[in-house]
Amino acid sequence: MSPQPLIVVEDLAKTFTLHNAESATIPVFERLDLEVSPGECVVLAGESGVGKSTLMRSIFGNYLPTRGSVRVLHDGAYVDITRALPHQVLDVRRRTLGYVSQFLRVIPRISTLQLTMEPLLENGVDAVEAQQRAEALLSALRLPRAHWDLPPATFSGGEQQRVNIARSFIRNYPVMLLDEPTASLDAENRAIVVTLIREALDRGAAMIGIFHDSDVRDAVATRLFGVSEFKAAA
Amino acid sequence: MTMATIERSPAQTAAGMGQESPLLRVSNLSKWYGHVVGCRDVSFELRAGEVLGIVGESGSGKTTLLNVISGRLPPTSGVVEFDASRFGLTDIYGLNEPDRRRMQREDWGFVHQNPRDGLRMRVSGGANVAEPLMNLGNRHYGKMRQATLEWLNRVELDTGRIDDKPRNFSGGMQQRIQVARNLIHGPRLVFMDEPTGGLDVSVQARLLDLLRELVRDLGLAVIIVTHDMAVARLMADRLIVMKSGYVVETGLTDQVLDDPQHPYSQLLVSSVLQI
Repeated sequence: MSPQPLIVVEDLAKTFTLHNAESATIPVFERLDLEVSPGECVVLAGESGVGKSTLMRSIFGNYLPTRGSVRVLHDGAYVDITRALPHQVLDVRRRTLGYVSQFLRVIPRISTLQLTMEPLLENGVDAVEAQQRAEALLSALRLPRAHWDLPPATFSGGEQQRVNIARSFIRNYPVMLLDEPTASLDAENRAIVVTLIREALDRGAAMIGIFHDSDVRDAVATRLFGVSEFKAAA
Repeated sequence: MTMATIERSPAQTAAGMGQESPLLRVSNLSKWYGHVVGCRDVSFELRAGEVLGIVGESGSGKTTLLNVISGRLPPTSGVVEFDASRFGLTDIYGLNEPDRRRMQREDWGFVHQNPRDGLRMRVSGGANVAEPLMNLGNRHYGKMRQATLEWLNRVELDTGRIDDKPRNFSGGMQQRIQVARNLIHGPRLVFMDEPTGGLDVSVQARLLDLLRELVRDLGLAVIIVTHDMAVARLMADRLIVMKSGYVVETGLTDQVLDDPQHPYSQLLVSSVLQI
C-alpha cells in the first residue's frame, strides 16, 4: 500500500486581476491536479513565465488561487491552505510546510547565527540546542565562521542564499517547496544542497522544486511535472 | 469601485466565529464625528497570541479604529468584547468606568507613536516602568525595583540610568521605556500605534526585532497600526486594509501584500518605493 500523499492539489486555477491597469486579467493555469508522496521530489518543468513560481506560491498560501484546493497533511489531517484561517496556515508553515525562495528577506542588523536559530526558537527548541544545530548547518554549508556574528546584508548573493537554505533546512520540514534554491551557488555549494535535499527525501519529506541547473535537477528529481499542460485560456 | 470587504475565503468568517472563544471580538463597529466618518461597520476577531496589523493611508480610519477598540473612544454603534481576566468575555463599553479602567490596567498595554504621549516626563525612567505595578496595588518597593531592572535589561537599556528622566534619553530609548512600561504587568493584549514611526531607520530595525522577540516569548496578542508595509510584513500575522473608514481586505499578511485582491490594496502595495 502506498503511503498517503503529503500534498494534494485539486482543480487549481489562478488568474491575476490587475484593477489599476484597466482590470487586465492574466490567466496562469487551470484544472491543475498534483499529488506528492513522502520521498518524492517533483520538479516543475516549463519555460519561464509558464507559472511555476505562481503554482509554488499558491501551494504555500502566499498567492490566493482563483479556485480549487491545496491540501497538506498536517498533524495527521489534511488542511486546505486555500481556505484555512490565517493562524492555521501559519501553524502549517511553522511545523509542516517550508519554502525556500531565491531571496533572503529578514530583519536588518540581526546576526546570521541568530537568523538561523530563529526558526527553531519559534518552534520551542531551547537556545543551546538551536545554536548547536545552527552552527552545524552553517558549517555544512561552508559559510565562514567569521561571518556568523554578522548580519547577512553585506554578504555575496551565494552567501545570502546559503543563509536562506540554512534557515529552511534547519527545521526538518515534512513538506518543502524549493524555488531555485541553488540559483546563485557555485558547483561545490550546489552539491552540498543536493546532499541536504537527498537526506530530507530519505527521511520521507515530500518536495516540489524549481531548478534551472540541470545537474541539480537530475540529481534530485523523482519526476517532472509540466505546468504548461494546464495553461489557462487567455 | 466596490467597497465590499474581501475576505480571503468564504469559510474564514464562519469558521472563525464561535469555534473557540476569541480574546477580542469586534462587531459592526462604526464611529462618526458628526457627519465625518471615522470607521464604518468593522468586524473581526483576534485570538490569543495573534498579531494583527491595521494598514492604510493617513485618514483611512486606522487610528480611530484603534482608539475605539482600546476603550479610549466610544463607538457610535457596534460592540467591542474582550475576554477580561476578571470578567470573561465582556462588552467593554458596557462596563462602568472604574471597571473598564481596571481591565485596561490589568490586561492591556498601549504603545503610542510619540513616547511623550505614553510616558510621564516628570518622573524617572524607572518610575515610568514601575508605575503600572503600583497602579495594580503592588507596594513592595524592593520587588518592584527588581522587576524594573529586569525590564530595563530586557529592552536593552542601561540599568545605571534607572533614575534619569525620560527627556534625557534619545527617542529610541524613550520608546524602549514605553515598551517596558506597557509589558511589565503581563498584559495579554497590547495596542501599538506606529510604534517605530518617529525613529531613525537604524533604531527602527533593532526596536522591531525586540518587539517581535518579546511578542514571541510572551505569547502576546497585538494590534498594531502602521502605514509602513515593511513593518506590517515583519510584525503582523494577518492584516486589515482600511480605506475611507471601511475594511476593504483582510487576510494572511504575506498573501495580502504579495497577492492583494482589492483595487485599493493593489494600489497601496504597488506604491511602496523599492530601495
